[in-house]
This record gives sequence, C-alpha cells and structure tokens, in this order.
Amino acid sequence: MSRTFVGMPPFPSAAREALGDTQLRHNLAHATGVIRDKRARLVEEQGDLWEPLRLAGAAVKQRALDDLATHLEQLEASLTAAGATVHWARDAEEACRVVASVARSHGVDEVVKVKSMATAEIELNEHLEADGIAAWETDLAELIVQLGEDLPSHILVPAIHRNRAEIREIFLRRMAAVGRPAPVDLTDEPEVLAAAAREHLREKFLRAKVGVSGANFAVAETGTLVVVESEGNGRMCLTLPEVLVSVVGIEKVVPTFAELDPLLRLLPRSSTGERMNPYTSMWTGPAAPDGTADGPQEVHVVLLDNGRTRALADDTGRQALRCIRCSACLNVCPVYERTGGHAYGSVYPGPIGAILNPLLTGTGVDEQTDSLPYASTLCGACFEACPVRIDIPEVLVHLRSKVVDGHRGDRPPKAETVAMRAAGWAFADASRLGLVEKASGLSGRVLARLSRTTLPWGRPAAGRLPGPAAAWTGARDLPAPPAESFRGWWDRTDGGRAEGER
Amino acid sequence: MKVALSVTCVNDAMFPDVGKAVVRLLRRLGCEVDFPRAQTCCGQPMVNTGYLDEAVGAVRTYVDAFAGYDAVVTPSGSCAGSARHQHAIVGRRAGETGSDPGLASAVAAAAPTYELTEFLVDVLGVTDVGAYFPHTVTYHPTCHSLRMLGVGDRPLRLLREVRGLRLRELPAADQCCGFGGTFAVKNSDTSVAMGADKARHVRSTGAEVLVAGDSSCLMHVGGVLSRQRSGVRTVHLAEVLAATEDD
Ligand code: SF4
Repeated sequence: MSRTFVGMPPFPSAAREALGDTQLRHNLAHATGVIRDKRARLVEEQGDLWEPLRLAGAAVKQRALDDLATHLEQLEASLTAAGATVHWARDAEEACRVVASVARSHGVDEVVKVKSMATAEIELNEHLEADGIAAWETDLAELIVQLGEDLPSHILVPAIHRNRAEIREIFLRRMAAVGRPAPVDLTDEPEVLAAAAREHLREKFLRAKVGVSGANFAVAETGTLVVVESEGNGRMCLTLPEVLVSVVGIEKVVPTFAELDPLLRLLPRSSTGERMNPYTSMWTGPAAPDGTADGPQEVHVVLLDNGRTRALADDTGRQALRCIRCSACLNVCPVYERTGGHAYGSVYPGPIGAILNPLLTGTGVDEQTDSLPYASTLCGACFEACPVRIDIPEVLVHLRSKVVDGHRGDRPPKAETVAMRAAGWAFADASRLGLVEKASGLSGRVLARLSRTTLPWGRPAAGRLPGPAAAWTGARDLPAPPAESFRGWWDRTDGGRAEGER
Repeated sequence: MKVALSVTCVNDAMFPDVGKAVVRLLRRLGCEVDFPRAQTCCGQPMVNTGYLDEAVGAVRTYVDAFAGYDAVVTPSGSCAGSARHQHAIVGRRAGETGSDPGLASAVAAAAPTYELTEFLVDVLGVTDVGAYFPHTVTYHPTCHSLRMLGVGDRPLRLLREVRGLRLRELPAADQCCGFGGTFAVKNSDTSVAMGADKARHVRSTGAEVLVAGDSSCLMHVGGVLSRQRSGVRTVHLAEVLAATEDD
C-alpha cells in the first residue's frame, strides 16, 4: 500500500530475514518486554474497572462508526464554525496535495511535524520532498528513523528496532547535513541523546511557519482536535507555527467531548504504560486573533478516507476502525516480538497491521498484502490487550477467507487448495477418514522402519521429509503415524472393553 | 451421564493414546463414554486457513454425530473453541451459499462441547481424579484454552491433586508456542523461533515432562525439544490424569 515499503516480499520471507538479525531480536524482545510489563501493571491496578473501561471505549468508537456520515458532517460544521478550513481527501494523493498547497501559499520550503500515523500512511514527507518542501519530524523516534533513512517498525516507537548505540551513531553521522550537528562528545546515555535531539530540533521549531500534525481524536460536537504525546515536541508544533495543517483519518471522529473520557484513560495505559500521558493538546480552530492565546492563526483540517470507507463496508472488518493506535497489540504479539515491524511491509505493522492493511487496500491486490492475515498464530493475545476490544483473530480468519475466495477460480488450483479440498472431502464422512487413517497407519509402519530417530518417549520419528513436509521437519521432529488410529482401536476392542477397560 | 468423546482428528490419527486416556479417565469417574463413529474433525484446519466452504461438510458431520448426547467432551482447547466459536461462522456461510441452509440452526441447537478440564471441574465437580504420575512436570497453557475458552487455572488445580507429581512453574507460560495450525508450515521460520523460545523456558524449569491440553501444540514444541535432544518428553494432560499406580 505504500511506496516506501515497495518491493517488500510477502511476510514469510521478510520474517525469515528479520529472524536472522540477532541485534534486532535482542532490541525487540527487550523493548516490547518493558512496555508489556508496564501496561500489565496498570491494567492490574485497574482491577475490575478495566473491562468496563474497555467496553466504554469500544462503545464510543463504535457509536461514531455506526453513523459515521452524520458525525463527519457535524465535525465539518463545528470546525468551520470555529474558523478552521476543512478539506476532504479521498486518497493519499489528494491529502498530500492539500498540505503542499497550503505550504506553498505561505511561501515556505519547510514544515515541522508532530508524529502522526495518517501522514506516515500517505507518505506525506516523500510527497512534500518531491515538491521541494522539507518535512522535519520532531518526535524523537521519528527523528531517528528520518535521519537514519530508515523505515518505521512500530506505531508508537517507530525506532524500536534501534538500540542506544545505533542511535548515537545515526545522530553523529546524519544531523550535521540537515541542521545543527550532534556534539562531538555525544555518548549513548538516553539523556545525552535526548538533549542532542532537543538542540537539533529547537532551531527548526523557532523557524517554521507551518506545522503539520495528525490527531488522535476529532470531536464532532465541538470541532476540537486532540493530540496525545509524551515529549512536548507536539505542543511546540501545535502552538509555535502560524499555520497548522492536520491530516485526520475519518475514523478519528468522536461524537461528543464527554466521550473522550474513556479513550483518554485507555490510550496512555495501553500505549506507553502510563496512567496519564505528559501532554494532551486540544485546539478548536485557530487561536484568538487578539493574541491572548498561543496557537496558529490559520488552521486546516484534511479529513482522509484512503480506504477507510472500504473497511467500513466490511461487516466483520469494520471494528478495525475503532483502533486508537495504542500499539498494545504489537507489544504483546509473539510474532511481532520476533520479526519486528518491517516484515509487515507497512507503517501499520503487527496484529493491527495484519488486518488494517488488507482492509484499507482490499484483498487480492498483491501477494504481500494477502500474506498479512496469515502472519498470526491466532493466539488471541492482541484481542486480550486491545483497549477497544477489536477481535483481531476473528478479523484475521475472515480476511483469510477473503484471500481464499479470491483464488477460487485459479487454474490450476494452488497446492494448498487441493489439500484443503481433500481434507474437506475426507472430514465430511467418517468412512472416508477411516480409509485415510488406514493408509496413514501403513505409512507409519514404513516410516517407523526407516526412522533413525526416536522421540523421547520411545516412539519412532519421521526424519527430515521432502516437499512441503520439509517446512515442518527442517527444525522439528515429527512422530511417525501410529500403526492403529483411535478409531481402529475402538472398533477392534469394542471401545476398550475387550482389553478389560471398564 | 452419557458423554460423547470428540477425540479430534489429530488424536485419532496421530495420538490415539490420548483418546484412550480420556475414555479410561471418564469411565473411572463414572461416566458412560461413547465414541460416535460418524465423527471426523471440527473443521478448524480449514476455517483457520480461510477455507470456509471446505469446512461445511466437517461441521455438518460434527453436529450430526454428536446430536442427542448430554455433553460432548474433547481433549483439546482448540477444538472446543472451534466448536463453540467457529461453527456459527461456517453455518452462516453455508446459509449464504446455500450449500447447507439448515447448518446454522443445527449448530445453534447443538449440545455444548466441553474441553476436558472444564468438563471435569465444572460438570463433574472434581479436581482430584485419583491419578498418580511420579514425575517432574511443567504445564503450558495453550492459547485457545486460555483465551478462547478461558479455562483459567482448572488444569493446574487438577495437576496439583495428582499424587507423585512435582509441578514446576513455566516462565512466560502464557506466550504462544508458535504452532498456530497451518502457521507452523506457512510461516515455519517464525513458528520455529517461537517454539525454540518455548522449549528454552521448558528446559529452564528442569522438568522431565511438558504437559499441555492440546496435542498439536505438544507435537510442535515436542518436535523442537526432540530435535534438540533435550531429554524432555511431552505428555497430554489427559494421559497424566488417567495414569494410576496400577500402570
Ligand atoms: S488494534 Fe487495539 S491494541 Fe492494536 S493498536 Fe489498535 S487499539 Fe491498540
């Protein structure tokens, strides 16, 4: 779906490469483990209050989605009444054009950015760069990714795959080319690295005339946009520049101001593992022109579709639009923890990425997107962690069926399809299954003869098998089928009675 | 109480001793156990791979085979989860395509499928099943039993009553082992990486036996442990609970 990730192979091969990167494995296991534990402690602290809070959060977002058109019209009216200019963008192209034209109309060649998933999704930075406008990321992790000419690998912590030593290296090598250089005596202490980033960014904040942001929430009732962050860089971008453009996915709408309540409690606990995030910025149109308040004099809001109405039309998949981008599902995902985010080939990695990308672009578009719903064991840890109760496993299975349905006409059918049809045939009738099991018992006796491996409980194992079975036996022993199935035993012994089983 | 055993296709074809253990255990506890011969598979392998149409026959066979019993018991959290949560999806699909218009209502009317430990603790009301298993054991709670069914600590309560058994706590127990059905072959590298971590945790406990309630997960982790020549064997929970001093 995105150009920055263009050419990514399907998940299994991308994952294979990532799994071989020992530094990455170590960085990820450590980082996800730390956030996971912090979140778990806060959820435990909430006790019996947590589940009702999740239900309330899910209900607010669901209410917004169930009547999205009405809430969006109300949002537009409120924003306009507050003095903001509203733009509608069908896709990435349109949204990027709006931002570029606002920047151009003010004659600037640079903008400062608040970390935002929507602008990453539409690849705003690349678009602006092509128009001769530099977009400076001001969130620490985004800055690391941008300076390193890297790709984001996590929703909240895009540079989660990097450790301190790597970050120091990137700062030393890259900062000078785009602004204030890193101090020569830079160490890899977190405080020292943060201070270097602060110095580097400060001149950009003070110079920039145009700020670009996303929004965590957009309140239809009042036209208030909300940005939740930790570092204060967002507050700077939202208040210092004269002009502010916010790119907001249409699913960010929340009907009323009061309904922010559960969401603002769920989000920090689920994302950073904090009771409250350090900075919550809210603004309703431009700041008062009399100079009594900080803030931009000109406010633009780009309401972005880019596949969201497609996702909305999917009865089972629609719930994915409740996502508040907390990344809890990434941190608890055993697959993500091992492969990292790049393997998903999108700015939305992990369990939410595995459903959101195919929902936004549709299945059957390319092999990479179609591989994402299969990048899960369906262990359910994501659903358990999700603050807005998105049943990710349910949506994964649903999307798998859409992928399969898209290939039903294939001639010749895929090997997997043939196997599944055969299984479906055998499992539709016990007598067919009995025949298959007899054959399997026979192969078991043959394999047992050939076997040079014995499993720890004395049962012969099939060694390394050829063909598709090699995917199993390459790294795992496989017991040879038993000579007699349970069914065979039941028949032969009259349910064990002939063996003296009572 | 007339109980139908849903042995599961994996146990039927690959691990018949698990089925025998359930029969023995439930009879010992006074149940009349039947094995409806018409049963095949719950349909999960097809559903979880996205082949809903291919699962219709299996789900139809399942509901027909187990019609008329007081309870269906299965030694698999995953298959119980499939019967309770996925059969309705397949039923809906069969209605939409017209391949089996009555399936959805048949599914809705079907007797509940219990995972073994749910049946023992909730229906029979026992935690001491009179078992004897003199080994050092660690227990892996499989994902579907833990999160789809919510069996909680029922398996551990049962294991704690087993005479001779020394239970060692498994670190990061609630992390998936990496099996995941066709995930184990479609994404075999990631699956093996997860299995290797699970095996590492198992070995760190010093247990000689890894116990779980799903044969397929055990086949996966056991396959890794065996390839590592770790000296740890895998045993299904049903076999532990069925074992007595006479064995
Ligand atoms: S799907 Fe849920 S857990 Fe994952 S990022 Fe979105 S809100 Fe958070």
